[in-house]
Amino acid sequence: MTTESPAAPGAPRRRMWPRWRDYGRPRELVVRYLLLLFVLAITIGPLLWQLLASLKGVGEDVFGSNASLIPHHPTLRAYREIFDQVPVGTYIRNSVMIALLSIASQLAFSTLAGYMLSKPGWKGKKAVWVLLLASMMFPFESIMVSLFLSIRDLGLVDHLAGVWLPGFVGAINVLIMRAAFLAVPREIEDAAMLDGAGEWKRFRHLYLPSAYGAILVVTINTFISAWDDFLWPLIVLRSEEHFTLTLGLARLQTSSFGYDQRMVMAGSVISVVPVLVLFVITQRWFYRGVASGAVKL
Amino acid sequence: MTAVRTMPDGEAPATAPAAPGAPAPRSPGRMRRALKAVTPGPTPDAGGAAIYRRWWLPWLWMLPAVFGAAAFGVFPFLNTLLLSFTDAKPLGGAAGFVGLDNYTRMLGDSDFWLATRNSVLYALIVVPLMVVLPLLLAVLVEKNLPGIGFFRSAFYTPVLASSVVVGLSWQWLLADQGLVNTWLEKAHVIRGAIPFLSDSWLILLSAMGLTLWKGLGWYMIFYLAALGNVPKELHEAASVDGAGAARRFWHITVPGVRTSMMLVGTLTGIGSLRVFTEIYMLGGSTGGPGGADRTLPFYIRDVGLDPLSGNAGYGAAVSVALFVLTLGLTLLAQRLTKEDES
Repeated sequence: MTTESPAAPGAPRRRMWPRWRDYGRPRELVVRYLLLLFVLAITIGPLLWQLLASLKGVGEDVFGSNASLIPHHPTLRAYREIFDQVPVGTYIRNSVMIALLSIASQLAFSTLAGYMLSKPGWKGKKAVWVLLLASMMFPFESIMVSLFLSIRDLGLVDHLAGVWLPGFVGAINVLIMRAAFLAVPREIEDAAMLDGAGEWKRFRHLYLPSAYGAILVVTINTFISAWDDFLWPLIVLRSEEHFTLTLGLARLQTSSFGYDQRMVMAGSVISVVPVLVLFVITQRWFYRGVASGAVKL
Repeated sequence: MTAVRTMPDGEAPATAPAAPGAPAPRSPGRMRRALKAVTPGPTPDAGGAAIYRRWWLPWLWMLPAVFGAAAFGVFPFLNTLLLSFTDAKPLGGAAGFVGLDNYTRMLGDSDFWLATRNSVLYALIVVPLMVVLPLLLAVLVEKNLPGIGFFRSAFYTPVLASSVVVGLSWQWLLADQGLVNTWLEKAHVIRGAIPFLSDSWLILLSAMGLTLWKGLGWYMIFYLAALGNVPKELHEAASVDGAGAARRFWHITVPGVRTSMMLVGTLTGIGSLRVFTEIYMLGGSTGGPGGADRTLPFYIRDVGLDPLSGNAGYGAAVSVALFVLTLGLTLLAQRLTKEDES
């Protein structure tokens, strides 16, 4: 910057980059960064360790006093092996199927319902509202026995559809979409109405594009909960060909065959990577999803 | 509002394609018809509400969501209540009415009480820590320092991994030959390995640690949003007056995010009662030695859904107990919040 910007004549010259001392006293800064590094080690340490161990060769110890943190001869052998010895490809396909089905149905039905709920003046709206809120009151674990009996009566035990069906649309997502649609300015809709745009057209070309943020939040939330789910697939699925990735991994660990630990760690990495990639791309929508108030632990 | 409205729901004006078999219009006024022509769909009426030409149209839009909420939300709960008075089997067959048998059995079932104790203990220990630790973390990453975005993302990553993956990782860290024991032995802190994964108390505590570790990032982000609403001027003024970081945290930050803290307490309390995977991963499929670490959801799965020995009726009774516990906790939290506000 050699000249003052014409838009702000006489404004004090501003540095491109703030100096370190602008951030506070040096001692406070050092303490802050030390604390940050400490928490960093605790939070990503275990996951990083999994990644490093998955890259170790056969000759290197994963456990015990001789084990080092960094693999000396990094190799992808464990990744090849897990595909050879275990039907990981099938697990991944099943997990992807359930995740895609869930995303498709959640998006379609929560936008439709959220849109109508954001509109005034139709009979029974209050009843629907009460029903949706009530459906969110019961923790999944307290109704899973009955859910399983329903899935059984439908003949969906040990079917991927049985895993997908109970969560095909969630009330919380309907509420998220409703809030997003309510934020669309009334004037724009009035203008669209005068132009003769029908209900569906307004929904499709005005409301949906305006609510892309909420749509992303619903997509992300749905993907993660489907991808990471364990208890319900564990209850519904029986045969290995229908296992999801989380089921397969847990089974690997508890199986009596005693699989190579490097291989199980490679499986863990495979499971985390898609979510991590999604997170890196759409980070702020993840954070917005936190604010949407889903129960998480 | 609907009772006051005298206008019909405006079935099928001449300009719009009438639904087959729709009744003839009950003499809508000319103005009204003209208005309909330019404003298809909902028409604003005096009360600000809209009128749908076909009353069932909104329901068509709502149908999948209404079906989902009814069939997989409300019905299963009502059905659970009913089931708890029967001896239904998870794999089918005739179910008989057994009255209060399941409940009397439950009250005398020491395994049920053990599971209840574990779940309640889980909440009692995890909730206070989960209310406080993420808040401290949020304060730590609140200031916009160079690289802070990286730290925030890194602290969030445990949230992304499934409990199974995280459980696997912790299992290896805490094993007798695992990283934690090896390091402690190398540092001569301990002699023999700490039995993190074979002692029932240590399994329970390790699982709590896992829950905390996995939830920290989530609630950190939650608190970050709340911290943004605490006026910066207050901190500056207190600084000028010579208040240290600890005092400012206690007297400005904590009162500023009080509501969020109550909410986090409620959410984590409900979440603690739902714990399953952590115990399964660290304690094995039996839920600790002899099932000593089973939580209520774990116990429901064991007694209610086991294909061979399961009794869905009894599982339903335990489910009702879990629901009552959750409800009680929610009501307690609500009361505390209300008292706090007044």
